[in-house]
Amino acid sequence: MSELSKLKIAEARDALKKGDVTSVELTEACLAEIDAAGALNAFVHNTPDLALEQAKAADARKDAGSLNGIPLGIKDLFCTKGVASQAASKILDGFKPEYESTVSQNLLDAGAVMLGKLNMDEFAMGSSNETSVYGDAVNPWKVDDRKLTPGGSSGGSAAAVAADLCLGATGTDTGGSIRQPAAFTGITGIKPTYGRCSRWGIVAFASSLDQAGPMTKDVRDAAIMLQAMCGHDPKDSTSADLPVPDFEAMLTGDIKGKTIGIPREYHMDGMPDEIEALWAEGRKMLTDAGAKLVDISLPHTKYALPTYYVIAPAEASSNLARYDGVRFGHRAKLGQGDGITEMYEKTRAEGFGQEVKRRVMVGTYVLSAGFYDAYYNRARKVRALIKKDFEDVFAQGVDAILTPATPSAAFGLGEMTDADPVAMYLNDVFTVTVNLAGLPGISVPAGLDKQGLPLGLQLIGRPWEEGDLLNTAYALEQAAGFVAKPKKWW
Amino acid sequence: MLDLTYDAPKPKTLSGATGDWELVIGMEVHAQVATKAKLFSGASTRFGAEPNSNVAFVDAGMPGMLPVINEGCIRQAVKTGLGLKAEINLFSAFDRKNYFYPDLPQGYQISQLYHPIVGEGEVLVELGDGTARNVRIERIHLEQDAGKSIHDMDPHMSFVDLNRTGVALMEIVSRPDIRGPEEAAAYIAKLRQIMRYLGTCDGNMQSGNLRADVNVSVCRPGDYERYMETQDFGHLGTRCEIKNMNSMRFIQQAIDYEARRQIALLEDGKEVVQETRLFDPDKGETRSMRSKEEAHDYRYFPDPDLLPLEIEQDWVDEIAANLPELPDEKKARFIKDFGLSDYDASVLTAEHENAAYFEAVADGRDGKLAANWVINELFGRLKKEDHDITESPVSPAQLGGIVELITKGDISGKIAKELFEIVYTEGGDPAQIVEERGMKQVTDTGAIEASVDEVIAANPAQVEKAQANPKLAGWFVGQVMKATGGKANPKAVNEIVSKKLGL
Repeated sequence: MSELSKLKIAEARDALKKGDVTSVELTEACLAEIDAAGALNAFVHNTPDLALEQAKAADARKDAGSLNGIPLGIKDLFCTKGVASQAASKILDGFKPEYESTVSQNLLDAGAVMLGKLNMDEFAMGSSNETSVYGDAVNPWKVDDRKLTPGGSSGGSAAAVAADLCLGATGTDTGGSIRQPAAFTGITGIKPTYGRCSRWGIVAFASSLDQAGPMTKDVRDAAIMLQAMCGHDPKDSTSADLPVPDFEAMLTGDIKGKTIGIPREYHMDGMPDEIEALWAEGRKMLTDAGAKLVDISLPHTKYALPTYYVIAPAEASSNLARYDGVRFGHRAKLGQGDGITEMYEKTRAEGFGQEVKRRVMVGTYVLSAGFYDAYYNRARKVRALIKKDFEDVFAQGVDAILTPATPSAAFGLGEMTDADPVAMYLNDVFTVTVNLAGLPGISVPAGLDKQGLPLGLQLIGRPWEEGDLLNTAYALEQAAGFVAKPKKWW
Repeated sequence: MLDLTYDAPKPKTLSGATGDWELVIGMEVHAQVATKAKLFSGASTRFGAEPNSNVAFVDAGMPGMLPVINEGCIRQAVKTGLGLKAEINLFSAFDRKNYFYPDLPQGYQISQLYHPIVGEGEVLVELGDGTARNVRIERIHLEQDAGKSIHDMDPHMSFVDLNRTGVALMEIVSRPDIRGPEEAAAYIAKLRQIMRYLGTCDGNMQSGNLRADVNVSVCRPGDYERYMETQDFGHLGTRCEIKNMNSMRFIQQAIDYEARRQIALLEDGKEVVQETRLFDPDKGETRSMRSKEEAHDYRYFPDPDLLPLEIEQDWVDEIAANLPELPDEKKARFIKDFGLSDYDASVLTAEHENAAYFEAVADGRDGKLAANWVINELFGRLKKEDHDITESPVSPAQLGGIVELITKGDISGKIAKELFEIVYTEGGDPAQIVEERGMKQVTDTGAIEASVDEVIAANPAQVEKAQANPKLAGWFVGQVMKATGGKANPKAVNEIVSKKLGL
């Protein structure tokens, strides 16, 4: 039974179609794995009854959708109707929305089964899943007895998929929150073009950067799942009214004649040799597959991280203002004589964790009178330059850009606790540019480091060309032949 | 162009101990956009619904909910801009204004700080004494209304009603071109009139659908002219903003009080502090709400949930082409086409329903006479019962029928008033009533002569007196009118009496 949860989405889909397996069997297998994986702390709200009900319905369904009967995990950032959705924050304690996010609804409409909600960094702010009110999610990959971070913010999603607790999971990516945890856990994660997936019903962190995407066991699954998640949504004004091509059908593995850009600015000082070596291997794999490499320059790359850490907190400070204790979630107990101001202050002081508070304060500061032009407005201008860097290289004929996904392999939980917050922010150094430019980016597992931990490579594509990007990633995946799995210890 | 030309009114001047002071006023008028749905949600805007029943998830600031622009609100704002002869910005954008308040569920109001949808325009504000002020409009932007906090329902708790949260408002910002309390009231009245003509705001001040923030400062005679010449605000005094006024009377009281307060400070050698103030209608005074230092830092920034709003010139042109006739044009046309006085034309165009009623009455008839009857008889009668024109029991066709009977000489003015009362209370076709009830004026000279003869024969003493003093002939006319039940044509009676008496 337990082998069933190891299936990939495409495999399960075929087995279901042939009648070799039922959705109830698949779902029960996953639920059993979830029950046994408490040590990973990946699933934080389980919905077994709902899952089995959906599985039964899927088994009975005649006109089956593309994900019919496939058990998935949903990041806690997605609002799911009647099911706790609290963005891993105390401030949304007890919140059960009366609505279903467009992305999760799209998945359900395609026949998917929801197993439960997945751990994450609080409000998706973090790169290690250590800011969660539910406690750390733990990477199924381990070195000796050292517990490692699965990355963040979609750490629970990454851990769950890597540990075969589910067949796939949703993630969201504001600065790298899909791609970095995917790289840390040896799975595939794609952040589509900004506007490809509806943001309606996803708790907002930084609205101009947030995008949902799938986290899966391979590129084909990413194509299948993204297909079901995305599409135009009139309820999100930033959702693009563009046709969605058949991503899976575009996976030919043929990238002959494609031009891959290698940005010189991504050679960072102090980058581990292993990352450099992996990147070199990736270049060779793509050349061997018939692609042409070109050196490119993205001159404003060095400003990306500071730009991101102005824009994202600015938007977050405003987006998180609604968590005030008035209508839902946590409200502080008040003392004698406390008024509305004390209610706000105590509720938010108790409800938000340290990292969220830090970003709300930074965001409030950069938007305040007298600092707006120096920080926020300047960051917006730099953002436009970063976007133009990419437009320029695409105009020169570059089809995709290859970079490392992260500057290191997964680090130990608690190791960064006393570090400067900026050290943690450096995890996003290769990924934030993609969010700032609104481009699609995918992380593909490409090898193991000396400790035996997975490492990922990132491919960045042209806007709206996820199909092409997935195909390049597919070619890279085939060349890398990454099949390693974490040894089960949980 | 308009035929209406006016002199500018004199600014309101207050005499202080150290000389004269003039008032300078600018206004921010908040007009609720007349639409069925809110600015960014599908929730209803209906007034008077159960608390918290017209609330979409996005209005309540629920996590993950997103705003989507309601095209109807954009259309109404463009229409209003065109009505105020303003520039329409094909590119505009929405910004967030951040502050905490329980009736602001998102923690920010979506507004348009940097790129408003409507730019500069102007409004002609007539003051009824033959003068008029041209008030420049700086901008109109769209924004969300807030909800309502209720503090007096429970001794320990406050309640919030989100029905109004997210309803679209147009904020119409004027330049400091208003020069006195009366002008301020007339300015709002004119905006209200134009928007009611356009159907973009119902102008109901009691229910808060039209409210104003009033900026007041005082300056010395001559300073304002220097400001106009240079557009340098340094020539004007420090202003105070009186928030959230929704009564014309209170606006005037507040301005007057505020100006006197500022003059007293200045003459005392003190300074006016720039601040936000509230008007207390019970005490008739303004008091400080918050100073400039305590002012919120709203941390405005472009709303990342909404793309910039781009509209097509063709779309604007189509709206412009379908604009109704506006009050100024209508008034000028009434004066020209019907020969009405400026005053009558103003009264008839004050509300577009009145104007439409009048035009239906005047159609193909004597315009001046129609105007008299609409204004004096109909409006007077409606006012007695506190009705407005839409509740009139007399249709324009009926009143037109009465006007026609007068013009033809079928009934006298006196009979016409009786007839009007019958039509008003009982209804019916005026011509038929006149016929059936024998109210037609007697112009048959034979019948009148017979009646005059009778009266003369019966009153020989009066005949002698009248022949000695022709002024007394009126007595005979009165007697004849009485005898004919008022139906005799008075002009004919007069002539025959004079002739028979040999005057």
